[in-house]
Amino acid sequence: MDLSDNNWVLSVGTFLPLLGVLVMLFVPKAQETTTKSVALLTSVATLGVGIYTLTQFNFDQAGKMQFVAETNWISVLKSTYFVGVDGISLPLYLLSMVITLLVMIYSWNHVPAPGNTKAFFALMLILQTGMAGTFIARDLILFFVFFELVLLPMYFMIGVWGGEHRQYASLKFFLYTMFGSALMLVAFLALFFKTGAESFSIPFLIEQGAGISRSAQIWIFGGMFVGFAVKVPMFPFHTWLPDAHTQAPTQGSVILAAVLLKLGTYGFVRIAIPILPVAAEEWAPWIGLLAVVGIIYGALGCLAQTDMKRLIAFSSVAHMGFVMLGISTLTPFGVNAAVFGMVAHGLITGMLFFVAGSVKERYHTLEISRLSGMLKQMPRMGWIMGFCVMASLGLPGLAGFWGEFPAILSAYQPAAGLSEVTFRIYMVIAAIGTVLAAAYLLWLFQRTAFGEPAAEFSGDNNEGHGKGKGIHDVNIFEWMAWTPLLAAILVLGIFPNLLFKIIDPAVAGVLSAFGG
Amino acid sequence: MFAALFSVFVTAADWVSPSIDYHALAPEIILAGGVVVVLLLDLFTSENNKWMLGPVTSFTLLGSFIPILTLALSDSGTRSLFDGRYVVDNFSLTMKGLFVLAGYLVVLLSSDYLREGDFYEGEYWILMLSSLLGMVMMASSRDLVSIFVSLEFLSIPAYMMAAWRKRDLRSNEAGVKYFLLGVFASALMLYGMSLLYGISNSTLLTDIGKYVSGEMSAVRAVAILFVVVGFAFKISAVPFHTWAPDTYEGAPTPVTAFLSVASKAAGFVALLTVVYVGFPNASEVWQPVFWIFAALTMTVGNVMALRQTNIVRMLAYSSISQGGFILMPLAIAGEGDSAGAALRAVVTYLLVYAATNLGVFAVVIAVSHKTRSGAISSYGGLFSYAPGLAIVMTIFMASLAGIPPLGGWIGKFGSFQALVSAGTTWGYALAVIGAVNTVIAFGYYGNVMREMWMRPVPDGDTTHVVVPSAITVALGLTTFATLLMGILPGLVLHFGDLANLAGAFGG
Repeated sequence: MDLSDNNWVLSVGTFLPLLGVLVMLFVPKAQETTTKSVALLTSVATLGVGIYTLTQFNFDQAGKMQFVAETNWISVLKSTYFVGVDGISLPLYLLSMVITLLVMIYSWNHVPAPGNTKAFFALMLILQTGMAGTFIARDLILFFVFFELVLLPMYFMIGVWGGEHRQYASLKFFLYTMFGSALMLVAFLALFFKTGAESFSIPFLIEQGAGISRSAQIWIFGGMFVGFAVKVPMFPFHTWLPDAHTQAPTQGSVILAAVLLKLGTYGFVRIAIPILPVAAEEWAPWIGLLAVVGIIYGALGCLAQTDMKRLIAFSSVAHMGFVMLGISTLTPFGVNAAVFGMVAHGLITGMLFFVAGSVKERYHTLEISRLSGMLKQMPRMGWIMGFCVMASLGLPGLAGFWGEFPAILSAYQPAAGLSEVTFRIYMVIAAIGTVLAAAYLLWLFQRTAFGEPAAEFSGDNNEGHGKGKGIHDVNIFEWMAWTPLLAAILVLGIFPNLLFKIIDPAVAGVLSAFGG
Repeated sequence: MFAALFSVFVTAADWVSPSIDYHALAPEIILAGGVVVVLLLDLFTSENNKWMLGPVTSFTLLGSFIPILTLALSDSGTRSLFDGRYVVDNFSLTMKGLFVLAGYLVVLLSSDYLREGDFYEGEYWILMLSSLLGMVMMASSRDLVSIFVSLEFLSIPAYMMAAWRKRDLRSNEAGVKYFLLGVFASALMLYGMSLLYGISNSTLLTDIGKYVSGEMSAVRAVAILFVVVGFAFKISAVPFHTWAPDTYEGAPTPVTAFLSVASKAAGFVALLTVVYVGFPNASEVWQPVFWIFAALTMTVGNVMALRQTNIVRMLAYSSISQGGFILMPLAIAGEGDSAGAALRAVVTYLLVYAATNLGVFAVVIAVSHKTRSGAISSYGGLFSYAPGLAIVMTIFMASLAGIPPLGGWIGKFGSFQALVSAGTTWGYALAVIGAVNTVIAFGYYGNVMREMWMRPVPDGDTTHVVVPSAITVALGLTTFATLLMGILPGLVLHFGDLANLAGAFGG
């Protein structure tokens, strides 16, 4: 592929954060501002490389892998360092960079207890490398390494800087994910040997994968399914998510919701489905079933929550259910919706977690019953939350709509070979799910934002004393971190085609085995 | 039995002195010379000058590494001495390199420990060099007699080293337990070997390989089983692992490092040689045995490790469980052309494991120097007052848990790859058991990380941890190796690939 000679951009964009970590190692721990500046500059530079990638990307060829670089890595194992981006990878790759930068801006004066700025920022940079790398890897072993690279930093981020039950939550997160990836690795290896033990390269495996016997495909897909489904997370592997989200520091929740969850769905779209089309068809009804169970279960879970952050976490289960429903239809329409849904969910839920974090910082609680009257006390914060809630419930004109609505619609007409009746039933259930989503989100907004401020938090806040002490509206760092997200939610809501036009050609390539 | 063997040699035609390839024997000769030099120095130096024994030992080890390198770089290929009873091939050179370098790291770990503990220094170094000499010989032995001699040569000094803290009951217990069970294992193995000799009328492994094939009579199966079980003690495979936790806990910590890395690797080397050269045609006997050993060893090791509160005891069980992972590929080594992949996996794993585990013990020695405690809870808050140590310990723990991109994962990956390559149901089943165990293992490795990063300092004492310079060097080397092998696994796999075992599977 000689689309461009810029095949260094992806590697630089991925590994630049590690360089930043290296520099930070030499900054004395006491110089917090220097540490933060180095980290922030690194992530600005990383995003700069990302934007350069975007400008050089050939949008007419979005279905093709671009900036492809391939070089020897572990030749004994037939694994290569092989990277590239296409229309599916690019938005997610950039999303990871944007989110990391915004989270860093937010962290400038929000380093959670117990402090240790240096380690906190270093972990975020390592996370960034892992996330970006996963989206560009074109080799299964490389993919696996990046996929796992995010585990430890996130484990520490939850475990060190998290809430009261952080140790339990971090361990649970780690064990679930590790269990999934261990089985996934066995599945990758089985795939490797079933295709003649020649290469781990994804394009090669896509060519050869169809030749694997039906039963072997089903088993191998099963292994991958567990690995990816834990990460998504799909019902019934989701139980780590509410704990992890609730206990994680705001920054951790944002990164987790905005990017880490997408690693799972991305794995389905990029690896499991194109390589094992026969098994995908076999599994699709079951994936669809678990997806709609997740939608309803997540929604009911939300209705039962008393903690705002936990509620948002459960809403993630429901939203990722829509994404998985779109994927399970195996139609270009559905997968397009799913990829759009991943980006939209990343922006919206990331934003909601930001808001939750700031609310927690001001009120020192996220108990919904104790919060009220946010619109009076902090009107800007309240309206930002309202905006995100609307986006999250899929209001047309905002980004969330374009992930949710087409996903439901796609279930009306699943790929040939899948039962229409089954999927139409799923469609109806998913539609009920949107109603429930509106219910829990609006209810959340109503309870926290409307009415009079609760007595325990009201009082004179301008003087800096009284019960409302410390409750102030959105500050400058928050504005800087949030504005790009809010703008993106709006822009993608009005011009969804900005994204669809680069996703669509790539999706067609992924689904070529289904006549897409 | 020895008399009988001796008579074989005597009656076999006229005695002609074999031509000796001194280059091939140079590592052993240097080590033997080192033993003598250290012994003499120890006898004729005053107490004040005993410090020089440690450096002499390390120079001996580095000195013996030079011929290993020159042998590896020479083009003459496999060198076979004494009618094929002593073979210097790439496999043996790789393992010799591992032993000598691991020995060097243990010297770094030991020197300060010995000086502070008021131990007899000279004897310690002599015993360690002797044990290493036995290991280096083991890597080349291709004959039942030389294998047995090397095994005793490497074990007997190790028994004594385990009991080194003379007035400490735990250390005595460690030594006695290790000795009794070790001798028992040797006896079993000798019995198996005598049966093998009876079957094939030869002690040469390649000859035995010709006879131990075809129909498996009971006596052949028993012979193989006894020999394998004998080595299973050495590598502390479940259910022959019971000595390990007590011995590891009681022995001085550097000795534990030595036992859990070098001594264990030697057991694997012997096992590989015997199985690959001696029993290549009897895979239906040893494959199921290794399957059971591997599955049991990693599971039991893991489950027991979860319950430990003492770091060294936890590491003992962790080392047992790691042994199970190393054993995994042997369960399919006889299937089709999996032998090469299995050998590569074992060698790679041993190299990675050696670097990581020695690093872990370096941290343990450094930390216990300050906390004076072996409890895992004494690592609480380490990150807050000794971030450097906490970070390298985290790297080692993550590597042992098999998290990419650290060394340990490439070891685990190789094992899984070999298992899956066989394409048998048994292979897949063991791979899945291994995968589940990888997750369980994180329970205790993660526990140490959690203590270091997330828990408060137990006694509030956050004084600086003074890390002796020798241990800093050891930490640097092991961390570098662990990271390098994980990020550029090609390097270590290259050694695994080079390690073709001459005469394996009749080749």
